[in-house]
Parts: sequence; C-alpha cells; structure tokens
Amino acid sequence: MPGHPQLGTKDWLIRVVISSGVVAGIWGLGLGVQAGLIEYVQRIVLLCGINIILAVGLNLINGTTGQFSIGHAGFMAVGAYATAFVGVKLAPGVAAALGAGALADGVVFNVALLVGALLSGVAGLAVGVPSLRLKGDYLAIVTLGFGEIIRLVFNNTKALGSATGYFGDSPAGLPPYTSFFWVWLWVVIVVLIVRNITFSQSGRSLIAIREDEIAAEAMATPTTRLKVTAFTVSAATAGIAGGLFAHMQSGIRPEDFKFEKSIDMIVMIIIGGLGSISGAVIGGIFLAVTLELMRDLQEYRLVLYALLLVIIMIVRPEGLLGTRELSLSFFKRKAGAK
Amino acid sequence: MTRSVTTPRSPLLALEKVEKIFGGLRAIGGVSFAVEPRQIFGLIGPNGAGKTTIFNVVTGVYQPDGGRVRFDGEDISGWPPAKVAARGIARTFQNIRLFRSMTVEQNVMVAGFRIHKAGLLSAVLRNQRYMDDEREFRRRAAELLDIFKLKELAAEPADSLPYGSQRRLEIARALMLSPKLLLLDEPAAGMNSQEAAELEKQIRFLRDELGLTVVLVEHNMSVVMAVCENIHVVDHGETIAEGPPALVKEHPKVLAAYLGEESEEQAVAEYEAVSRPFHDKPPEPDHD
Amino acid sequence: MSQFFQQVINGLSLGSIYALIALGYTMVYGILKLINFAHSEVFMVGAYTGFYAAGALGIEGLEQRGAAFPLYLALVVLLVAMSASALLGVLVERLAYRPVRSAPRLTPLITAIGVSLLLQNLGMLVFTPNPRRYPPIIKEVRFELGGVIVTNIKLTIFLVTLALMAGLWYLVQRTWTGRAMRAVSVNLDAAKLMGIDTNRTISATFAIGSALAAAGGILFGLDQITINPLMGTLTGLKAFVAAVLGGIGNIPGAVVGGLLIGLAEQLVAGYVSPDYRDAITFVILIVILILRPEGILGVVRQEKV
Repeated sequence: MPGHPQLGTKDWLIRVVISSGVVAGIWGLGLGVQAGLIEYVQRIVLLCGINIILAVGLNLINGTTGQFSIGHAGFMAVGAYATAFVGVKLAPGVAAALGAGALADGVVFNVALLVGALLSGVAGLAVGVPSLRLKGDYLAIVTLGFGEIIRLVFNNTKALGSATGYFGDSPAGLPPYTSFFWVWLWVVIVVLIVRNITFSQSGRSLIAIREDEIAAEAMATPTTRLKVTAFTVSAATAGIAGGLFAHMQSGIRPEDFKFEKSIDMIVMIIIGGLGSISGAVIGGIFLAVTLELMRDLQEYRLVLYALLLVIIMIVRPEGLLGTRELSLSFFKRKAGAK
Repeated sequence: MTRSVTTPRSPLLALEKVEKIFGGLRAIGGVSFAVEPRQIFGLIGPNGAGKTTIFNVVTGVYQPDGGRVRFDGEDISGWPPAKVAARGIARTFQNIRLFRSMTVEQNVMVAGFRIHKAGLLSAVLRNQRYMDDEREFRRRAAELLDIFKLKELAAEPADSLPYGSQRRLEIARALMLSPKLLLLDEPAAGMNSQEAAELEKQIRFLRDELGLTVVLVEHNMSVVMAVCENIHVVDHGETIAEGPPALVKEHPKVLAAYLGEESEEQAVAEYEAVSRPFHDKPPEPDHD
Repeated sequence: MSQFFQQVINGLSLGSIYALIALGYTMVYGILKLINFAHSEVFMVGAYTGFYAAGALGIEGLEQRGAAFPLYLALVVLLVAMSASALLGVLVERLAYRPVRSAPRLTPLITAIGVSLLLQNLGMLVFTPNPRRYPPIIKEVRFELGGVIVTNIKLTIFLVTLALMAGLWYLVQRTWTGRAMRAVSVNLDAAKLMGIDTNRTISATFAIGSALAAAGGILFGLDQITINPLMGTLTGLKAFVAAVLGGIGNIPGAVVGGLLIGLAEQLVAGYVSPDYRDAITFVILIVILILRPEGILGVVRQEKV
C-alpha cells in the first residue's frame, strides 16, 4: 500500500486528465466495435457490460458484506421500468429544447438512468430497513419475497403495460439508447464507486460485518446502518443495469425479472468468487458469453447451466478468485511462488 | 488515549443486582459490584458460573432481565453493543472473534469507524479528508501493533497468527476504540507461562501508561493473583466472595466452589492447585 | 355467506396440498438447516410420475369407455409416485447435498437452488413444456351443501392429507426412525455420538418428505386439472412460506401454515383480486419474518457469544 500524500490541485488535474482519457478511450473503442463487429457480437459486448454492473453491485452486499440477497432482479426491474418510463416522458421536451439528435438522446437517457438508480435505491432502502435485521437463509428468503412482490406489482400496473410489458408510447417501442459508449462508461463509473467504497473505512467495516458481526458491533460499528447503505447502493446499481437493459430492446416485461434473473446474478458472483470485485467482473462476462455460446444447444442449454452451478458448488464453492482481487501484485506473487 | 474524568471515588463501572435468565435458567441472579477508575479487577469463578454472561450484559450483547449497569455516571443497561462500545467500553472474546480473512492491520483499523470523518462520498471521491483518515488510522494502528509486538505481522491474515498473537491482536483492536474500560475475557487462555507473564506486563502497561481500567475474566489463577487489585468471585450466577487476592484465595466458599464439597483437609491439601493454572489447554470454543 | 364458505372449502383443500409439501421443507430444515429448493421439483416429478403411471395402467381406455378408474389402481398410482419421488429426494441428497453438508451455509443453499433449476430444466426436456391434462384418477362428483359446492376430489384431498399426516405422526413419534430423526434435528453431532446412523436418518427424512410431496403433486393435479414442468416453482415457494409461517422445523407448524396460506390465498382471490393471490403469500412471508421470524409455533433461539 502506498502512503497517502497531500492532495494538491495537480493531483486533481491528473485525475481529470485520466478520466477524460478513459472517456475518450471508451468512445473510440465504441466506434471500433460498431465498425468491426457484427450485430450479434455487439449485443454480447453490451450484455457483458450490463452483467458486470449487476455482478459488481450485487457483490457489494452478497460478497463483501455477506448479507445474501436472492431478489435483486426486483431492483433491476424498478430501474428498468423507471428509466424507460422517465425516458419516454422526457424525450419530447428535451428534443424540443436541444434539438433531436445524439445530444438530446444522451441527456434524456442519462437523466432517466439516474432517476432509475435513485428509485431502485429507494426501493432498496425500503426493502433493506426491515429485512436486514434478519440473517442468512431468512434474509435470502425475504429478499426473494420482495423481488417477487415487485414483479407482481409491475405485472398488475396498467400504466406500465401489466403482463404484456412496457413498450413506451411509440409503436416502434423503446428508443435504442443503449450503446457501447454509455454501457461501458457506466461500467467504469459503477466499478470505480464500488471499488472505492470497498477499500475505505466503510468497506473494511462491511467486511468486518461479514466476518463476525458480533465482534464488529463490539468495535462500535453501526452494523445496521452500514448494511442498509450497502444494500441501497447495490440496489441502485442493479437499477442502472436495468435501465441499460431496458433500452437494448423494444420493451420490457415483468417476466424478464423473474427469480431466475436473480439466480443468474448470483451465479455471476459465485463463479468469479464471492467478495471479489475482479471476480464479479469475470463472472459477469463469463455468463454473458457462455449463455450466448450455448444458445445453439437450445433446450439443453439451461440443463447444462444448472448442472454447472451445482458442480461449481461441490467442487469449488469459493469460485475462481475467492475473496482475492486481481491486480499487478497478485500476478507478481503468483510468478514469485513458481 | 483518553483518561477518565470521573472523581477517583465514584466507580467507573457499577453493576447493581444484575439478573439474566435464559428460558427459566438463572444465568446471573442479582450480581452487584463496582470497579474503580484505573483499577485492575478480576472476575473469577468455575466454568459456567456466569462470568462471560456478565460481560455480555455489560456490553449490550444480552439485555439484562433485572438490575442496572452504570458506566461513567450513566445508566447503560440495555444499550445496543455498538453504542456501549462507542461510549467507551471495549472488550475481547473468550473464543477469539477476529475478522479472520482480514490482515492484522485491517483488524485494528476496523475499530476506528467511530472516529472516522470521511463519509461514503469522500471515500468514493478519494478526497483529502479520506486521505487524512487513512493516514491517521494507519498511524494509530501501527502504534498499537507496536505495543503488542505485532508490527511485523501487520500484513498477515489474522487467522494465520498463532493463538497467543491472536489474543494480543484482539486487545490491540479493542484499544483502537480509545476506551476507558477494557473487558478481557480469558486473555491468557492457550498461552504458555512465558506468554502469560508477558501478558501480565502488558495489562499493567495498559493501566499505568494508558490510564485504562481493566476487568479480567480469567482461569489462569497465577495471572489473576498477580495483576488484580480486587477480585469478585461468582458461582452459579451468584456472588460468593469479593476482596483483594490474598483474602479471596483463602475464602472457604471460593475453595469449595472450585474443589466441590470436600473435607477441609483436602481443601487445604489441594490449596496449591488453586493458585496454579486451571487450564493448560484453551477451552473448547462454543459450537452453535 | 355461501361465497365465503366456498372460498374456505377451496382454501382448505389447497392449503392441505401446501401442508403436504411444507412438511418436506420443514423436516429437512429441521435436520440440516437447509432450504431444500429442489423439493418443489420433487413435487413436480411426483405429479408427472402419477400422470405416467395412470397412463400405463390404461386410464385412457377406461375413460373412452366411460368406465371409472378403479380405486385400487388409484392407490397404486399414488404409491408409485410416492416411491419415485422418495427415490429422487434421496438421490438429490446423496449426490448434491451430502458433499456440501459441512460447507458454509450459503454453499448448500446455492447448491439447492442449482438442483432445483436442474430438475426444472430436465423436466422441460423430458416432459416437454406443454401443460398436460391430469387424468381423472378419481372421477369428479359434485354435490351441493347449502349453496356451497363440494366435490369428492376436495374430500379426497382432505382424507388423503389427514391419513398421511396421521401416518407421519406415528412414524415420527412412535418409531425408531422417527426418534432418530428428532434426535438428529436437535443435535446432529450428539446424535452421531449416541450411535445414530445420521446419514441413514437424513436419507429417511428426504425419502419421507419427498413421498409426501409426491402425494401433494397428485392431489394438485386432480385439483388444478393441468400440470407442467414449472408447476413446482410457485407452489413450492408457497409451501415453503407455509413452513416458515408455522415455524420452520416444526411439523405441526407446517400443517397450520399450509392451511393458513391456502385460506389467505383463496380469500384474497375471492374478495380482493385474483391478480394478487400470489402476492399475498409473499406479503405474509415478509410480515412473519420481520415480526416473528420463529413462526407461529416456533421457539426463539439466542446466539451464543
């Protein structure tokens, strides 16, 4: 660990430069992807990004804090519906003010995504406050229950299309806002936020809660508040992923956010290693790619998928990385060990 | 480190007829005692006497079913554990509760949460306030690890440490809270006589140099007799004796509690055994 | 008023089915502290086994001739399904749960979810996703009692459930296997030290719970007329909620919970909106877990420090 120096204007300037470079890099990559890859592969690249957001966000509560949610599809649904709805209602006004085009689309999409994140965060808070007093299996089951209730609410909300789903106001369905640039920009933002939380005093306290809640309390850690905070942040990230997911297709249906979706998210973080951010990134990509590659296997696909999950749990329950992180020093240590 | 502001004669910790009942079983039946500031106080008794339960009631892990706990002039009965800890009572655990996968340094730093200034937003932005916090916590953790001879192990995972070092790490972590009162639950369990002697020195150091008040639950009688100024003996959840070490170890009720109902000759004959360690091995950790 | 009694009759018969399934959840949880998610698929397989067994016994031919399926054959169907599910339950425990039994709590939980998904998808493959009309193992006869319609199928559901529960009670309270099960649920390690073959006892628990779920599956098919490979998901979840409501690990609790969930569901469907018949289960789940996580008949346990 390096020391922590005084932060000067120069450091902030460096940060701004690096950030601009990253944004430009994503933009350039996006152009390359659009030009060089067929649409099918482009779709997988977008799904990878969305999965990373889902996995890294879920890992904050399930992996880092050790409070197991198996109902996050519900928060993804809140984000998806909120983003789609706000986007559709906002678009005409913004287009009138800024002129229709990429700028107006970008503004509408990101405002809608932020509203989606906010609302799913609020939903996370509302679910988290009563639920997080429970532990282990009980917490898992309550989150499952809440996830199903959220889905059933959308299923029965006429303004959002009930069971048929929400397709916006135009017959063409929801606008295709979701692009490489926006998905991967949000990937970077979400990963950075979660990483910075994890490696801070709050993050240490979250891990302490996972390791031994009673000892954490004896160290004056406000465990409930921290758990609720982590749950809320986690729900908000799921909401962003939901919003990005919504505008990848013409519409969203309640059945897109069934219990199976929550399971997918759990499989991602388990494959990579519960409690590891880099593991969650790997798991998210792995799931997007494998599920797509196995599409040819048709009905055998889901059987193999479930079998894989069971085998992983029996053979290597800690996943690829365990709670470790991939970093330069990790590779150095590996090399040194040989 | 904070020094107690109370006047010397008013106790720092006072239990008044504290009771705890578990489904019909009286684990503690009206225990009262007072601990003066800067005192090293021993709480002893046979296995299952209720010592750890008393600690758990004081620290808020259990709610008392009767009586009060006063700390530093305030009634803290029934407070939640985090609030009690923030108020100035730190503790260690009988069956060692470290954050096992975290490093030694991180274990200590966790206890800095109460005084951290950088909120979530500062952490996300990695701003100056966050940097200051981290630097300060690292410095204090290093100081404490130095006192307990753990500095070289700072980057090791806590569960890779030998037993004795884990016990010391628990004390270092507790001190990160800057407490006024430290509750040690069998700190010498699993230590050899050399380590135990070192522990005696460290406990005195805590009081003499850091101004702490220490309450000690311990089965190793040589440690208890060596460091404690006042000893409170419980059996079956009831007080059976209290006083300075020399008095307590002659007390017939204490001898009977430890040795069972035996003839006085036997009690005298086995008197030596009382002052020797009861446990060479650590007690089995509780299984839930 | 007659509408109310109609809902109560329907609710109690549905609740009986939930209770039969809930028993398996509660027994396994009592012993292994594991939410056996695969139990809902064992229930589904039980229903399908009954479906194929009835077919093999020539129910179609009888139906075409307008003849009723003989009662002794219906019993054969029930026994075949119960045996098949018992076998499946034991296999799942042996192959998937036993290897992770001593792992941290989350590992078995996720394993159970995985097995559930696996069986569900295998079900889609083997049985095809199409819903099937359940063969009339018992021919429906309707009769009216003061404005309330009762069918012999509803009565059969009560009777079969009652008989199976009496059998279970006898088994748990009066046999050595039952005694071993109770001992293992209190303390597995201590039971092992007392010479109880814990592996055998756990297998027996899975067998019994799975057999009851299969009976529930057949009754469900009779009651709901169609079955499909995903029938276990929601029904299983409701049965699990029933077990939690009654106090998980508590056998009478599962029965009470099952009946209450069935009643609540029918009353909401009848008086509020059929759209919310599924939601009420989850609302009950959340309310009970937050207010009284130990359930109606459960006991509180304090964590040791």
